[in-house]
Amino acid sequence: MTNRLTTRFNELDAYGRPGFVAYMMAGDGDSQGLLNALPDAGADVIELGMPFTDPMADGASIQASALRALEAGMTLKGVFDQAATFREHNQETPIVLMGYANPIHHMGFENFARRAEKAGVDGLICVDIPPEEDEELRTALDAHGIALIRLATPTTDDKRLATVVENTSGFVYYVSTTGVTGAASGVATEVGDAVDRVKSASGLPVAVGFGVRTPEQAKAIAERADAVVVGSAIVDAMHEGGVAAAVELVQTLSAAAHGAKR
Amino acid sequence: MSDTASVDTRPNALSAWPDQRGRFGDYGGRFVAETLMPNILELEEAYENAKRDVEYQREMDEFLRDYVGKPSPIYFAERLTENFGGAKIWFKRDELNHTGSHKINNCLGQVLLAKRMGKTRIIAETGAGQHGVATATVAARFGIPCTVFMGATDVERQAPNVFRMKLLGAEVVPVTSGTGTLKDAMNEALRDWVTNVKDTFYVIGTVAGPHPYPAMVRDFQSIIGREARAQMLERLGRLPDAAVACIGGGSNAMGLFHPFIEDEDVRLIGVEAAGHGIETGKHAASLKGGEPGILHGNKTYLLQDKDGQIIDAHSISAGLDYPGIGPEHAFLHDAKRAEYVSATDEEAMEMFQLCTKLEGIIPALEPAHALARVRDLAKELGPEGVILMNMCGRGDKDVPQVAEMLGVKL
Repeated sequence: MTNRLTTRFNELDAYGRPGFVAYMMAGDGDSQGLLNALPDAGADVIELGMPFTDPMADGASIQASALRALEAGMTLKGVFDQAATFREHNQETPIVLMGYANPIHHMGFENFARRAEKAGVDGLICVDIPPEEDEELRTALDAHGIALIRLATPTTDDKRLATVVENTSGFVYYVSTTGVTGAASGVATEVGDAVDRVKSASGLPVAVGFGVRTPEQAKAIAERADAVVVGSAIVDAMHEGGVAAAVELVQTLSAAAHGAKR
Repeated sequence: MSDTASVDTRPNALSAWPDQRGRFGDYGGRFVAETLMPNILELEEAYENAKRDVEYQREMDEFLRDYVGKPSPIYFAERLTENFGGAKIWFKRDELNHTGSHKINNCLGQVLLAKRMGKTRIIAETGAGQHGVATATVAARFGIPCTVFMGATDVERQAPNVFRMKLLGAEVVPVTSGTGTLKDAMNEALRDWVTNVKDTFYVIGTVAGPHPYPAMVRDFQSIIGREARAQMLERLGRLPDAAVACIGGGSNAMGLFHPFIEDEDVRLIGVEAAGHGIETGKHAASLKGGEPGILHGNKTYLLQDKDGQIIDAHSISAGLDYPGIGPEHAFLHDAKRAEYVSATDEEAMEMFQLCTKLEGIIPALEPAHALARVRDLAKELGPEGVILMNMCGRGDKDVPQVAEMLGVKL
């Protein structure tokens, strides 16, 4: 499947440059403003969070952000609208939606995939649908050219890894630590070895996230991974200082990631 | 749902679920984050092995008898029978178990399994605190450190149980995230588990969560129905016309129902919490007022809004205050093998007082809900009828709350 994700990771690979993936929550603050500003701030890929009432894989920052977004009236339709508005001015930067199963299931997998395609969305990470349960969703996404991005974690052994990478596309998201988003980051050397393992098993680029907050961490991860993902820190900056603060953080973190020697 | 039609054509196999994928028809499954998948699969294998292990079964039977106090009796509630003026009402007295509810049946099974798997830490979520107390109790007995997650709202309204858990050596973590109720406690327990995957065993308190929990908890709770079925046959020489139980997540009901599923003449009736009334939107009746969805590891009926966001449950009873229901109930509901009705806060309060006054048994607010529908059913069945209701918990824990609601200062 050739879409913006494949193109973007091919470009990064051609330049020998690690990528920077910025996560933000749709509907928390001036999220359309932040979304539109992320490519210029240095984000190579954008993960757009779909708020859910019960985000059990997320830490305190993203939970609170999701509840604020819902309180402000954000819906799946609203998420698609933001993506579509973004696409009016940007055709290159991939958007990956990230969220939980129930709102997607409630909309209907086929309906969700169709609307996501129409909005210019490139991929989906659904935290609580493991490979064993994702066939129906995957089939719907495939039909609309949307990549289903799987998660690999420190508990994914070699046997399980084969299951995880089967039928995946776009890239593989490696969760650097056992824990929730925003918690302590994994040790860079262990993460590096895991990235190599996942990369060779999947043949896909590997992005690493969970717990990356500082330029130093971003650089250390970027030395071993195809891309580094930052979420909670951006969500916090956005909440505390608005779009300007979030953009500044993304500039700093993406510069650190881009400058890493691979 | 798409699979239910095929289910209806196999009425004789209703008790044989789940399938290999942990599905009850279309419900159930394993909807967890990837970090937990290896744990879930390990647990499934460990449980399958334990089921076939004579030593594990022997140890469980011994503790059920000597520590829990099994078998619990069945009891003819003569004065309630007279008062309701219809069918004979029998209670299965699981409120006489050690710790005062059916919850310990399951905790014992899971903690023994944790021990067998070499896990060194127990976590649990709790609503009313009955499951938390039962887990803390068994963990104390086996010397395993235990952490219980409890919504901050529930910590407040169930203070005696919080103190009991602390006396038992458990750490009680008040959960303020989300709305601070049972569902948030479960989210927080899952967050803890995902962080401490290697050494921690998560003792889920109801027939929900990812496979194998719904089947495993049902198996541990099925002692309720197995005992009661044998006791009815022995005492009355017949099976009841109906088996009735209250439902939050549905563990006591599933435990009562399962051994009767193939007895086609026995009606199975689950009573959900209607809170202020289903029409008000302030209730905990997932089957009557919800739709199928995915939460906490399984596909089942959930209280949710038009965008698939989870709606808070409401019930006077913290033990029924959950926006979902076990997937096997969803399945039995769609297959029409079990009937699901509801009772309001007000009805539960009335039955709480009536049962106490007439039978000298203070029921927990949870089974007080079931009793409200037993009253209707008694009239419907008439004097020839026999109703078996699971008295799943005693109401001592609810006395302060009931006093407050009645305007009595303790």
